[in-house]
Amino acid sequence: MAGFRALLRNTPAGLYCPPGDFYIDPIQPVDRAVITHGHADHARSGHGAVLATPQTLAIMAARYGADFAVASEPAPYGQPVARDGVTVTLVPAGHVLGSAQAVLAWKGITAVVSGDYKRRHDPTCLPFEPVPCQLFVTEATFGLPVFRFPDARDEVARLIKSVALFPDRTHLVGAYALGKAQRIIALLRAAGHARTIYVHGALAAMNALYQTQGVVLGDIAPATGQDRASLPGEIVIAPPSAIADKWSRRFSDPIPAFASGWMQVRARARQRHVELPLVISDHADWDELTGTLTELAPEEVWITHGAEDALLRWSSLNGIKAQALEIAGYADEDD
Amino acid sequence: MRAFARLLDQLSFTPSRNAKLTLLRDYLSSAPDPERGWALAALTGALRFDAAKPGFIRKAAEARMDPQLFALSYDFVGDLAETVALVWPDRAGANREPDLSEVVDTLRGASRHQVPQLLEGWLDALDAGGRWALLKLLTGGLRVGVSARLAKQALAALGQKPVADIEEVWHGQEPPYDDLFAWLEGRSDRPGSDTPARFRPVMLAQALDEAADFARYDAADYAAEWKWDGIRVQAASEHGQRRLYSRTGEDIAAAFPDIVAALDFEGVLDGELLVFRGGQAAPFGDLQQRLNRKTADPGLLARHPAGIRAYDLLLDGEEDLRHLPFRERRARLEGFVARLRNPRIDLSPLQPFSGWEELTALRANPPKGEPQAAEGLMLKRWDSIYEAGRPKGPWFKWKRDPHLVDAVLMYAQRGHGKRSGFYSDYTFGVWRRDANGDRHLTPVGKAYFGFTDEELKRLDKFVRDHTVERFGPVRSVRAGADFGLVLEIAFEGLQRSSRHKSGVAMRFPRVNRIRWDKPARDADELATLEGLLGSIPGIAPQRRS
Repeated sequence: MAGFRALLRNTPAGLYCPPGDFYIDPIQPVDRAVITHGHADHARSGHGAVLATPQTLAIMAARYGADFAVASEPAPYGQPVARDGVTVTLVPAGHVLGSAQAVLAWKGITAVVSGDYKRRHDPTCLPFEPVPCQLFVTEATFGLPVFRFPDARDEVARLIKSVALFPDRTHLVGAYALGKAQRIIALLRAAGHARTIYVHGALAAMNALYQTQGVVLGDIAPATGQDRASLPGEIVIAPPSAIADKWSRRFSDPIPAFASGWMQVRARARQRHVELPLVISDHADWDELTGTLTELAPEEVWITHGAEDALLRWSSLNGIKAQALEIAGYADEDD
Repeated sequence: MRAFARLLDQLSFTPSRNAKLTLLRDYLSSAPDPERGWALAALTGALRFDAAKPGFIRKAAEARMDPQLFALSYDFVGDLAETVALVWPDRAGANREPDLSEVVDTLRGASRHQVPQLLEGWLDALDAGGRWALLKLLTGGLRVGVSARLAKQALAALGQKPVADIEEVWHGQEPPYDDLFAWLEGRSDRPGSDTPARFRPVMLAQALDEAADFARYDAADYAAEWKWDGIRVQAASEHGQRRLYSRTGEDIAAAFPDIVAALDFEGVLDGELLVFRGGQAAPFGDLQQRLNRKTADPGLLARHPAGIRAYDLLLDGEEDLRHLPFRERRARLEGFVARLRNPRIDLSPLQPFSGWEELTALRANPPKGEPQAAEGLMLKRWDSIYEAGRPKGPWFKWKRDPHLVDAVLMYAQRGHGKRSGFYSDYTFGVWRRDANGDRHLTPVGKAYFGFTDEELKRLDKFVRDHTVERFGPVRSVRAGADFGLVLEIAFEGLQRSSRHKSGVAMRFPRVNRIRWDKPARDADELATLEGLLGSIPGIAPQRRS
């Protein structure tokens, strides 16, 4: 860490870049922030100046209101921005709409802070772009060899098959409101599901934002306000917390489904009373994490959050210098 | 293998019986022979392999990956087969994915020392779901909640036939059931209907509706006997084949060698399986010690000797009696049992009565002796033939009123399926005095039915409004002398239990009434339940206010 500490260091407020005087995804309010993506644990309100992609700024404005920061500066993908002596370039991370890796260039050093990322196809955002670097700062939400996600298209095919098999029941799919929900809808459309898809009120704002950003979601309608035993044979998308609780009672003998990487582990699905677990994640799985480290071959890897033990072990077995930052405050229990 | 693995996966997450049936029927109608037959056998436990030990599976995984990474993974997942299925590294150029029949055929022809290599080859070729199914199959534990009964219902749905037809042919069939599927799909005749000692689908009784049925039926047309508190069995002995079936056609002979040894006759008896002590039926708890076992050890056989209390004769020698009226079958049965002179097989006596009024009195106050331990009465029409299923009219069961106790709701848990959004599983307790004479609630049982949908809504709201603590899916509900919800619990019997903190365990508890009006401090005390223990059998049902 010593070699790169002049450029980037871990502080109680989050990752800090001293020569550029800014934080990346800070967990406390700061004067200058670079935000990688719009999820609430990375994009908080109340900062001074925020640098992010235009899509991420739009997401923050939709979530927190237009005054989410004192000043905001859009940085489109691939356009370098100078922050004192440091050049910051945002490049696609493949996580959700607008998600970016922050590429920092300073005195011949390139450091990449990946934010959250995945390496798979996602019809709702640009794919991850690998950037050669000396320091790679990675997440490790699913940093265990048990997390090797199946093709999301196969998971969606299972959902469609279940709808055909149980035409009198509502399929209630829990999905994170930003990113996952829209990805599921887009995947359903790509699989030929042309019917109206019903959504919980909590998803309306993000759906609308995705649509204005050009993501095609097809015919969607509010699920709220429907009568008892309504929407048999239909697919309803809702925040994960809603699928097994009071809100679900209005539907016709609902089948609780949940789209999440955590669904790879059966006990997790059972704990949540999920009957149709769909293993679909917006994070990198074990093969993507280790594949990315192998591909980039950085001098050093820092792990921000997640299951770092296994990734540290893997790195040491593969001769990669790695350490865990143990940043508190990033939570991905629902993703 | 992929379709089977997927079925297994879905069944394991599906609590609803109907949904399980749909999944099974869908699989059985689309999978080819003999794949679906092996799948059915695996699901119902007719096909078991204990080919792979957990230790070996673990070693095989550790040989493929860093043991420390494996340990971290296992620690997170908590289930060995699942962990190995998930972490098993892909191998380029692996063989074609095996189907279930190929696995079964190969394993049957393989020697023990070949198994490890076979297993590794298959793990390389399968995806994670397939690996999970394979490992579950090879370690002998599918446990996805498919009973033989459910499988038979799925087959009945597939062939659009009554379940009784499936039950009747089932025991002559061997996996992968080619003949059975051919018959169900109309490609051949009914198979194996002359197999000796095969199961004959049983005749079941309707519950008696006192208000309507006494007016509708003439007491003189019916015989009455006591309803014994054991399990219904069919004992078949034909051409040297001896079988003991449960009422759904499961062969339970392995757990009852003492009964099987006693079947030295030619014929098929219908009766109640009981533990006999000095010619008297012991309480149900004694029989329970012997149920659901694969074998029985000599000590258990000696401590809990089993017998059959016969109440019908379906086959006498080679002669099928099922088309005869009950009056004639009964006469044949009495002669048959008398000729056996076997202490393990006795006759369920008829209870004479003059009319419905007298029978009502007998039910409320059974005569001294064994009838006091009976669950109630059975009524059988003298002219009824033995008809499979549950026809309306010929046979009635008339259970005694349940025991009732007023208990206080202590914990609630969310239900499954339709009730997944509701707190519908209730743990209730009664008052118990400690050494200082202070009263505390102690849990005595759990009930999850007996209430209407409307009542469930109110109960759910009560739980949410008065939650004190949460432990995972369980909520602890406010309950004390001055505040709490009293549930009137109905139950069929009570046993001593060392596994329950209260020392008692209820049989078949359910919510009889919700006492929104009753103060929690007036709920019953444990001493009341303990008093019931001493006097069962023979206590008159108590209605407490």
